[in-house]
Amino acid sequence: MNSIHPFPSPVDTPTGTRASRGLGIVVFLGMVFLTLLGLFFTDEDVVQGSTVRLMYIHVPTAWVAYLAFIVTAVTSAMYMWGKQHSLTFDRIAGASAEVGVIFMGLCLVTGSLWGRITWGTYWQWDPRLTTTAFLFVTYVGYLAVRDLGGSHHQRAKRSGVVALLAVLEIPLVHFSVVLWRSLHQEASVLQPNGDVTMDGLMLFSLLFGVAVFTLLFAWMVLHRQRVLALADAIEDGGLETALQERRNEAN
Amino acid sequence: MRQQSTSTMSVARAIATKDLRIEWRSKVLVNQVLPFAGIVMVLFAFALDNDGILQRVAPGLVWLAVLFSSLIIVQRTFAIESADNALDAIKVAGVSPAGVFLGKSVALVVQLLLFECVLVLLSLVLYQVHLSWGGAVLLVTVSFLANIGIAAMGALYGGLGAAAKGRETLLPLLLLPAVAPVLIAATRATESAFGVSGATLGEGWPWAALLAVFGALFGFGGTLAFGVLTEE
Repeated sequence: MNSIHPFPSPVDTPTGTRASRGLGIVVFLGMVFLTLLGLFFTDEDVVQGSTVRLMYIHVPTAWVAYLAFIVTAVTSAMYMWGKQHSLTFDRIAGASAEVGVIFMGLCLVTGSLWGRITWGTYWQWDPRLTTTAFLFVTYVGYLAVRDLGGSHHQRAKRSGVVALLAVLEIPLVHFSVVLWRSLHQEASVLQPNGDVTMDGLMLFSLLFGVAVFTLLFAWMVLHRQRVLALADAIEDGGLETALQERRNEAN
Repeated sequence: MRQQSTSTMSVARAIATKDLRIEWRSKVLVNQVLPFAGIVMVLFAFALDNDGILQRVAPGLVWLAVLFSSLIIVQRTFAIESADNALDAIKVAGVSPAGVFLGKSVALVVQLLLFECVLVLLSLVLYQVHLSWGGAVLLVTVSFLANIGIAAMGALYGGLGAAAKGRETLLPLLLLPAVAPVLIAATRATESAFGVSGATLGEGWPWAALLAVFGALFGFGGTLAFGVLTEE
């Protein structure tokens, strides 16, 4: 698909297939049902009231972000150590990281809002929050490295190394932040999900949310990966076109 | 292959000596970057404007000033390479990238040590902290170990920026999150060395051990990754 067609256009090479459209419809219906579950069907929490409804978005976004970064690391490793050095793996890594950064951003925003209501503060220097913020910044850096230019394989190698280094960095950051906070422990406030025994429908809604968001992630990465492949193909084709134009001018 | 392994060390030595000689002769670090670090220390005092607070946060300020300076030092150490496309020449010459990485890192460790000496002295004068002999021994060890981590990551990401020409602006975004663990450990250890925030000298040594682990990991990772990151 990469080099057969030198001038791919959105019209003749759509990023959707029958399968991905089907997935999209499932995701859409799932989101509608999740919204109904979260806003209407589930009860308020005894302690937190309606704010507990944020959980049905916050937890799935966190899950998708972490899943995305794991996918980025694994596919980067598959590019680096695969015999073919297939650029498809690199594009999946890039697409997954983009989606991961968006969801990590959403996770931080929904978390702050929820924290403001339940803890009384937008931010706490708790190891989990701090590590999450670091993950966000680290993968923004990763995306910037992907943007450095050069050949596709150069991009794949560079960003692959940075993705693997990030896997090394994150546990170090988390570990050192845990040590740091252990010295400065503040009086702990109400922890969400602490000892709360969850109502059956709430638990179902939460797990349903995680499942729907995972499908959404798959759908986004699938399309984004195809868009990246088209962008690469245009870049490759662009050089050919320019050469052809010069030749035509000369004739 | 045996040839390669012996030449890695000699390349590292050559690069490190060359870098340090250039700095020694050009005096750019001493005349331009060191005064910058000094100004940062003074500005911290202006911003916080309270002797009690300054004394308490002095360890963190010293290491923040070190990190800010390290960004400039790393950029400088690769600017001298890209001036005459020396990095390309080194690649064409088939020199071991691990050797270049180690050489750059060693030179950075030495330059950072110089900065830390000056910044610690400044903090003694400006922030009125006290340093015992035991604290001084801890501080020297901590500085050396922390520098290995900062220098390794700095050489790695600095090399990446230099290889992708004109994209040095990426350095702070990549380097600062990576060296955050070093900042935490070095600051805690320095608190012990200065004896502020109720920290005792004995509490500082485990942080120094942690810095050694960071340094080893970053050094190892950097040696493996540098070649791929700076490849054309």
